[in-house]
Amino acid sequence: MPVRDGGSGGGHGDGRHGDGDGGDALVVLRDVDKHFGALHVLRSINLTVGRGEVVVVIGPSGGGKSTLCRAINRLETIDSGEIFIDGRPLPAEGRELAALRADVGMVFQSFNLFAHKTVLENVTLGQVKVRKKDKKTADGRARQLLDRVGVASQADKYPAQLSGGQQQRVAIARALAMDPKVMLFDEPTSALDPEMINEVLEVMQQLARDGMTMVVVTHEMGFARSAANRVVFMADGRIVEQTTPDQFFSNPSSDRAKDFLSKILHH
Amino acid sequence: MFDFLEGYDLLGAFWVTVQLTVISAIGSLIWGTLLAAMRVSPVPLMRGFGTAYVNVVRNIPLTVIIVFTSLGLFQTLGVSMGAKDFTTINFRLAVLGLIAYTAAFVCEAVRSGINTVPVGQVEAARAIGLDFPQVLRLIVLPQAFRSVVGPLANVLIALTKNTTVAAAIGVGEAALLMREMIENEAQLILISVIFAVGFICLTLPTGLLLGRLSKKVAVKR
Repeated sequence: MPVRDGGSGGGHGDGRHGDGDGGDALVVLRDVDKHFGALHVLRSINLTVGRGEVVVVIGPSGGGKSTLCRAINRLETIDSGEIFIDGRPLPAEGRELAALRADVGMVFQSFNLFAHKTVLENVTLGQVKVRKKDKKTADGRARQLLDRVGVASQADKYPAQLSGGQQQRVAIARALAMDPKVMLFDEPTSALDPEMINEVLEVMQQLARDGMTMVVVTHEMGFARSAANRVVFMADGRIVEQTTPDQFFSNPSSDRAKDFLSKILHH
Repeated sequence: MFDFLEGYDLLGAFWVTVQLTVISAIGSLIWGTLLAAMRVSPVPLMRGFGTAYVNVVRNIPLTVIIVFTSLGLFQTLGVSMGAKDFTTINFRLAVLGLIAYTAAFVCEAVRSGINTVPVGQVEAARAIGLDFPQVLRLIVLPQAFRSVVGPLANVLIALTKNTTVAAAIGVGEAALLMREMIENEAQLILISVIFAVGFICLTLPTGLLLGRLSKKVAVKR
């Protein structure tokens, strides 16, 4: 069990408060703290993601990016603070939590497609069991989504028969099948071979253009530059800086961000 | 040479053995799976019950459990399992005892299978909004069972042989007949061989078939 000290003192007000983006906030984190044992992974995180906004979270490894992403649908519990999705506080457990998770799509680094189910079944399962759609409607929707992410021809195969890039695109289709309000991407391209990264990023670019609300943890600076409305830079459990991609990449204000960028952009 | 077999219902006795095995196997598979579900559930009371059950039951000799069903449940507490004649009562009591005992081993086999399912599978299932029972039923158990067909085959073979303990409360299965024949006939070695071969005929195909099934249903990752 993580230490529960409940203290949110200290470190407050490091990153600017979420800019609100017109006031239609879909995801709100308020003073969120979390410890892994002695490690303080999230320190007084305040973040607001507006409807239709694409927020890219970048920063050094171990800085709390993935934990932040996973906390938004409570795959990680938090020690203190509040998280709201579309105005409703995140339930602690049970049926309400399950219902809320259905509204929050999640794409994992390691794909996590259901290994014993075909590609098509992966995409229909949630529609049938959670959204209570009939099999035929779910099948139709699944095939349409698989077509959209470019793997329609693989529908009857098992995940292990697909390449990493294909698996990740199926995972995106699986999440989209729930008609989520927001999509979370936890380093979606980090486990992929280089030549497969683009096929996944293209799908994500398209989603962003279609107006999907997205929180993307990634090391793909190109994607951050081209698709993000806002870049959130995290290090040591804090949001150090959040601003537009242009501003961040050309003129970062914090030394930590300057240091980070100098290390990744110079080769 | 086999004259002495006359007058004994060898096939009938083995048929009772098969019935004991099949019914107990189905029962212990269901009860053992429920126990495994309890042991991984988020409810502390259920986890505690599952753990206590397994640790108590699997450490009691089967003979004690079977004899208890007869002396304790039936003769002391009057549990007759909805039957009137002694043959049926004893048969049902034996099935109850075998299920109670074997389920502890099924539970541990299934639980080890659950542990082979990567945590990412569970997270992905929760992330699309499935609740705990659905995650278990739709994602975790189907994958867990595929990885423990081999261990479950062991449990099933052990169960087949364990049915001989039912002789202790007078269920007319193979071992009871063997005891009767040994008492009456002067063919000790031959009788032992016949019953040994009989059991091998039951268990060998089980092991081979389930071994093949195990390879066939394995989850590819």
